[in-house]
Amino acid sequence: MLITDRERLRDDIAGWAGRYGRERSSLLPILQEIQKKYRRVSDHAMQIVADLLGIHPIEVYGVASFYSFLSLTRQGKYVIRLCRTISCDMAGKESVAQQLRNDLGIGFGQTTPDGMFTLEWANCLGMCDQGPAMLVNDKVYTQVTPQQVNDIIEQCRRAVSVFATHNKEH
Amino acid sequence: MNSSIKNALTFSTVEPSGGLRAAMDKGRAEIIAEVRASGIRGRGGAGFPTSVKWNLAAAAKSDRKFVVCNADEGEPGTFKDRVILSEYAGLVFDGMTIAAYAIGATTGILYLRAEYTYLREHLEKVLAERRAKGLLGQGVCGKDDFELDIQIRMGAGAYICGEETALIESMEGQRGEPRNRPPFPVDTGFTGRPTAVNNVETLAWVACIFARGADWFKSVGTGKSAGLKLFSVSGDCKAPGVYEFPMGITVASLLEAVGGQDAKAVQIGGASGYCVPAGEFTRTIAYEDIATGGSIIVIGRERDMLKVAENFMEFFADESCGQCTPCRLGNGKLLEGIHLLQQGRCSMQYLRELCSLGETMQLASKCGLGQSSPNALLSIVKHFQSEIMGRIPAAAAAARE
Repeated sequence: MLITDRERLRDDIAGWAGRYGRERSSLLPILQEIQKKYRRVSDHAMQIVADLLGIHPIEVYGVASFYSFLSLTRQGKYVIRLCRTISCDMAGKESVAQQLRNDLGIGFGQTTPDGMFTLEWANCLGMCDQGPAMLVNDKVYTQVTPQQVNDIIEQCRRAVSVFATHNKEH
Repeated sequence: MNSSIKNALTFSTVEPSGGLRAAMDKGRAEIIAEVRASGIRGRGGAGFPTSVKWNLAAAAKSDRKFVVCNADEGEPGTFKDRVILSEYAGLVFDGMTIAAYAIGATTGILYLRAEYTYLREHLEKVLAERRAKGLLGQGVCGKDDFELDIQIRMGAGAYICGEETALIESMEGQRGEPRNRPPFPVDTGFTGRPTAVNNVETLAWVACIFARGADWFKSVGTGKSAGLKLFSVSGDCKAPGVYEFPMGITVASLLEAVGGQDAKAVQIGGASGYCVPAGEFTRTIAYEDIATGGSIIVIGRERDMLKVAENFMEFFADESCGQCTPCRLGNGKLLEGIHLLQQGRCSMQYLRELCSLGETMQLASKCGLGQSSPNALLSIVKHFQSEIMGRIPAAAAAARE
């Protein structure tokens, strides 16, 4: 990691620790901010958090590795979470899963080489009456069909390319 | 996303903050007495009497107390809290405010599951409006001795955090591992202070109880299970969605209302609940018969019960926090056993061993997750033994491809 990157990470975390407080109960909100901006909670980030909160880094690791919405490895810009629980399963999640594998070229638990997409399973998204359901970052999609998968992926790609070329919020 | 609401909900007929204003005219003890008179019990599934919880929290001595709304709705097949939070958030905050006043809390925390992050903006907006209207802050509803603010804390994707002590651990910045009880949260909760943790639906009903009176609530339902309840219905039925029914409704009449009469079985209470076979559809949904947080999964004739059991066990093997051995290892063992059954390689002797292991987990696990995770498999083994035994290995292999 470049020294400038390290400094940026340190400044960011110090800012979040300032906002949420340096108590132990601020740990999860701080880790969630790190996850959101850096798409992972790195070893280095965990060390900085531990120093600021006055706890051992292993405590931070214990928490960061416990929750499924925090990741130790870098996730894609879009994290696609397909619900695998019973109602979505009965509604046909497996064919949506297969189409996601085909269209993204990766399996569950993997990230595309361009760093755009991470594909994950989710346990019950609370959309059981409208399955199969999936989350793309914070956005929820319901009654997803295999035919829609490609459109959803393309929408994400387009949003990023607009962002990259015109520097506009999508 | 379509609307999930399928029949008329009482929540839409109750005037926003009507219940809150009615409650604020009463004293603290009177509020708890009213909640007791209504007979309401926790709507998250455990069914603990709400008034008892509040009474204990009110009696506890501390410099600071908390009210927590448990919006970590993660039970498979449950989505009523999502609907309540998106459509009737005002009632939930009314309920939290009433609870805070009754027990003497100054901080309310809504613990929202990470999967519902898209609801946060709406909830923050509702909270901002309430602050502007004087329903939160210093002197709530013009009461000088009552100060309250409500914050939202986000979960990070852990089913176990729906268990109240794990939820508190998570808010304290720890792994979501349940605590030993006692001490209970009403005594030693968030940051060691008295904390009342209530389900989203419970709090919304409390607001309705004060708007309409405890007698109205008590007059519905059965003797031991008062009032109305929301049900999250999914699976093989014509109209899945959220329904409101009185407690004590029979499984058969519920199925008729949702268009699922042909079901082979109904899973009541989510993955941790019971699988009720067609022969028992005359049973009632109430704390004294089949208790539930409201998850109803209709399982059609053509479904493979082993696949249902496999899906539930995969869920628990993944979501076990790993703290206690019966749950950490037991769920994995039961899942392996289901795979053996699927391959047609499970002896009757071994199936009995598995059931015995399940019973041990029910007794020896530390929290509700491990105590209830074997329920589904045990009830499927009991009611559908002819279906799950004697599978032919080749057929299993072909089905897998």
